[in-house]
Amino acid sequence: MKAKKQRLILALLGLGAVIGAGLLAASGLKQEASFFYAPGDVVGSDLPLGKAVRLGGMVADKSIRHDPDGVTIHFIVEDGKAAVPVIFKGIAPDLFKEKSGVVAEGEFRADGAFIASNLLAKHDERYMPPELEGKMHKTGSLTS
Amino acid sequence: MIAELGLGLLWLAAGLAIIQSVLGMFGLWQTNRPDLGNAVRPVAVAQAVLIGMAFCCLIYLFIVSDMSVKLVAANSHSDKPMLYKVSGAWGNHEGSMLLWVAVLAMAGGGIALAERRVRRDTLIATLMAQGLLALGFYAFLLFSSNPFERLNPAPQDGQGLNPLLQDPGLAFHPPTLYFGYVGMSVAFSFAVGALITRDVGPAFARAMRPWVLGAWVMLTLGITAGSYWAYYELGWGGWWFWDPVENASLMPWLAATALLHSVTVLATRDALRAWTVMLSVVAFSMSMVGTFLVRSGVLTSVHAFAVDPQRGTFLLALMLIYIGGALALFALRVGTVREGAVFEPVSREAALVLNNLFLTVILGVVLIGTLYPIVAQGFGQQVSIGPPYFNPAAGSVALMLVVVMAAGPLMRWRSDSASKVLRRLAIPVAIGIVSLLVVRLLAPDMGVLPWLGLSTALLAGTGSIAPLWKRNLLQTPLFTWGMVVAHLGIAVALAGMAVDSAFYKERLVAVSEGETTEVGPFSVKLVSVEPVIGPNWTAIEATMEARRGDGRPFTLHPQARNYSTPPTDTSEAAITTHLDGQLYAVLGKQGKDGRWQLRLWWKPLVTFIWLGGFMIALGGLLALVGRVWRERRGARSAELAA
Repeated sequence: MKAKKQRLILALLGLGAVIGAGLLAASGLKQEASFFYAPGDVVGSDLPLGKAVRLGGMVADKSIRHDPDGVTIHFIVEDGKAAVPVIFKGIAPDLFKEKSGVVAEGEFRADGAFIASNLLAKHDERYMPPELEGKMHKTGSLTS
Repeated sequence: MIAELGLGLLWLAAGLAIIQSVLGMFGLWQTNRPDLGNAVRPVAVAQAVLIGMAFCCLIYLFIVSDMSVKLVAANSHSDKPMLYKVSGAWGNHEGSMLLWVAVLAMAGGGIALAERRVRRDTLIATLMAQGLLALGFYAFLLFSSNPFERLNPAPQDGQGLNPLLQDPGLAFHPPTLYFGYVGMSVAFSFAVGALITRDVGPAFARAMRPWVLGAWVMLTLGITAGSYWAYYELGWGGWWFWDPVENASLMPWLAATALLHSVTVLATRDALRAWTVMLSVVAFSMSMVGTFLVRSGVLTSVHAFAVDPQRGTFLLALMLIYIGGALALFALRVGTVREGAVFEPVSREAALVLNNLFLTVILGVVLIGTLYPIVAQGFGQQVSIGPPYFNPAAGSVALMLVVVMAAGPLMRWRSDSASKVLRRLAIPVAIGIVSLLVVRLLAPDMGVLPWLGLSTALLAGTGSIAPLWKRNLLQTPLFTWGMVVAHLGIAVALAGMAVDSAFYKERLVAVSEGETTEVGPFSVKLVSVEPVIGPNWTAIEATMEARRGDGRPFTLHPQARNYSTPPTDTSEAAITTHLDGQLYAVLGKQGKDGRWQLRLWWKPLVTFIWLGGFMIALGGLLALVGRVWRERRGARSAELAA
């Protein structure tokens, strides 16, 4: 094989790898991107069922309720427009409390409840999940 | 006084970086004035010394807790333990950027002092590129991130270092990664230098190789340590979260792994010339992307503590200038790079090309998955990309790569026959196939990725020690040992990942004191929960008694800690290591009925993940020492012969 031809093949292979990565990523993103919702985005419209999503808003006042098993929590996330009931099984972060911001990761159930597998509360005084901040400015009803 | 001295040193070093770049440029241009080019070396060394001293000034300010310096006041506290006072110097934005440029300048000084293999003009061009790189970061420090800024009036005491970062492992984590990033910058400077002087060939590859190897070892160590830190400090029981900050260190590692293999082809076989140069540009670009992601505050993650758009824009501009400049230079000069030596489709070179292609695909997938949420955010769309995207896409390609990794070292350079390669691979492949069947029978509901992963790990484990077969182990060169150890480390880590994700046991319960619960093969009893006090924190600590079957009981002490400066709560998991895995316990909250939440994991073979990581790093170190030693010996015998 000539050196020139080999170089051409190598260049094409490299290009192929880059395109392949792009295609693989595009198909993965289409299926697995987890979108961020505020309660107002989902209530009254089609629920994104069967997909991992994030739900963010404020924990409604007096809405946190503990199950007898000691590890399951029920609460309501609201954004001033709508409210979504959330069920979480696990250890809630320390800064998780009523009337403060939360981002729940999980899935919607067909009845409209949100099953959270993870909760992110405001991390410390200096850190705030940027998407929550954006949503709060957008809806204008939440301050933290 | 010390702060002003530090700032002065920083300005002087920046000035020397300008002189270094300009001298280099004129030295290359005015070939009749060798004195210009000769001056580049001492200037590079002087720059390294000055910036090293500036960094020492910063450490000193942190040690004496000089609260009149804004950076110290914002990140330190007088009652912090000494280790964290020192590590506080680089546990923040400004300090870590100063460390970045200090390591960069010291690497430049190192090349200036020690490098004797490349042509004189290539070395000058390399140091010029190194000076220009440093200059951008000096500008960044001086104009937007001055670490020595004073605060008037000085506060009574500082605000403290984020408690999550107050951990011995993490004290050394950023410097380790920075050495890795910066090592890539040296490889990049060599590539730029060789492109400028049209000197792309084996000599340049041999000069670049130790830096690539060293940087790769550091990145491997940094990633391994960072993964273990996230595992025990975050209390979520996971060892890899595909967090953008983790990806920021993984991407340069992937590129460096590809570069490491192609630079070997160039050094020993004089093939893959333009390819290697391109990879060194990519590897450095990934280091820049990593620095940008971590330091600009664009991220949605636990590490993004502050958002400052001005800095982000500055870093973005620097990144685009350097990457764009290097790509433009590559496009201009790639025509002058001669074709390398030819090889057959079945040969070790071809296997290494395949390694590079697979690594490129993984890198592309990780890069797109990491940047997509940031770009989408720019368009007003809030997206997060997690394990459901990364695991199948990157994992499947990684498994193919690991199979190639087992085969590559068993192939001959230049040309080999497929049937002979298959015969050499017969035992590993047989083991792989048998384990596919056995594992499926024993654990029918195992996930696809862990199932394939475990079998691939067994195939690769046996395949990676095969190059030692029938060899005199004492006469096997050190760098061959390095390759075997590193490849075996990959197999070990993969086995750990597969076994842990397939067979871990998790238990989440609320129990009263004295109550017992089960997780995996263990029974765990909550004995008591008491308050405890540490140097700068208070905590509630549980005492648990665990035993495996009828074995000897042992105690665990998970804590929920509360730091006062800055006020933060952290969870300290209790972890006990056993030969076949780890028991991991987290203390949760107390309910109104007095019961405590406990989260327990039994994680079989999870330790293999980090053991494998350290083996990979050790392999890289052996290869580095072996290469340097052989070249020293080669140089000496050449002198004797002459």
